[in-house]
Amino acid sequence: MISHPTAAELAEAVAAFDAEAVLPGDARQAFLARVADNARATLAREAEQGATLEAEAVDRLSALLGAVGDFAMLNARLCEALREGALDPLDPALLAHLRATAIGQIAIDQPSYGGLAALRDGGNGG
Amino acid sequence: MDVAAALDRLAPRLSPTATEAVNARRLSGGASLETWAFDLDDGTPLILRRRPDGAAMRETALSLASEAALIRAAEQAGAPTPRVVRVCAPRDGLGEAYVMRRLEGETLGRRIVRDQAFAGVRPGLARRCGEVLARIHAVPTAGLPDLATSDARGELARYEEIYHQLGAQRPILEAAFRWLESIAPPPPERPVLVHGDFRNGNLMIHPTGGLVGVLDWELAHLGDPAEDLGWICVNSWRFGEWRKPVGGFGDYADLLAGHGGEISLDRVRFWQALGSLKWGVMCLMMYSSFATGQDRSIERAMIGRRTSEAEIDLVALMEAPMGMLS
Repeated sequence: MISHPTAAELAEAVAAFDAEAVLPGDARQAFLARVADNARATLAREAEQGATLEAEAVDRLSALLGAVGDFAMLNARLCEALREGALDPLDPALLAHLRATAIGQIAIDQPSYGGLAALRDGGNGG
Repeated sequence: MDVAAALDRLAPRLSPTATEAVNARRLSGGASLETWAFDLDDGTPLILRRRPDGAAMRETALSLASEAALIRAAEQAGAPTPRVVRVCAPRDGLGEAYVMRRLEGETLGRRIVRDQAFAGVRPGLARRCGEVLARIHAVPTAGLPDLATSDARGELARYEEIYHQLGAQRPILEAAFRWLESIAPPPPERPVLVHGDFRNGNLMIHPTGGLVGVLDWELAHLGDPAEDLGWICVNSWRFGEWRKPVGGFGDYADLLAGHGGEISLDRVRFWQALGSLKWGVMCLMMYSSFATGQDRSIERAMIGRRTSEAEIDLVALMEAPMGMLS
């Protein structure tokens, strides 16, 4: 599950913003309104894609770690293995998982981000 | 505090031909520092930087008097900066503050990398950034205010500590810490003045004059010159123009040549990757002020979702590490 923030936290922040009194001509509020629109779009994409992404991540993590469990448990175990040096950070199987993870999450968080095209292009702009 | 009234009283001390300040307005910006734009009645355009009343200084941030001293030192070394007009004294009634000239131009990266108005200066901008950074890095460090010294390993350790305190489980960041630790360059033989935040947003770009001012010296320190060269190459400030690694407007070769050619691309790419990693941790940090209830704004919640932007950039860099520092 995506965290920092979770979808629930994001929805809560959007609701709090929507409940605020509208101040016509206030530049800060206009900026926050655009952020809230982005948050709503992110939530819609997550509602659509989040469960599939998580199921795919669990499959990849199980294969990578040779373990079974839910996403939070397997993801925490991967972090621990990296921290302890049990996994080489440039290991191809690990990188394949990280690549899929990054592509899946940016598709929810910020699908127009240039880094997605750069990763698919294989160069990050050189 | 009535900033406009205090500026009015200060006006004659800012310019011999001025009697009052006009059009004082607060610009949107950080919570740790206020930025005000105003004019004198003789037409002089100015900026006030001041610490808000009661605001705590960030642990790593410089005092405003030190910031002003650095801007003056950089100007003496030939770097384009806004001229500091006055470092405020207690009797000025503005608290910790300084006044500098207001430059004409644009700081918004989105416009700088795309607008037709900047098409003429974009081709020369990466080289110019290299040249300007070389001047900053050549500032004699003996006469500077006390600055922290940092290096690659120290920065990695500092950000990893912050990351752990935040309690997030991000395998891409974990892998990036281990990878960068394994290839971190040794500290430079002679630490130089590093601007610390040299990127779109802090560079005043004029449609014909190009880079006319390096702004926001709050994060300046002593360290590796490649840090500044790498930071402006972080994809997050390319504003969609990801094929142009230097700020979304130029190429590595021009940046390196402008700097003098003595810094390797691998060293710059290391600092670029560390820059993305730092940005990812910063996004988590900013989100944490939402999580703890310190700032419940939608902005603070959403910035956490920009961590994945740093992560996808790190994966691209880990997939193509080239001959990094080997």
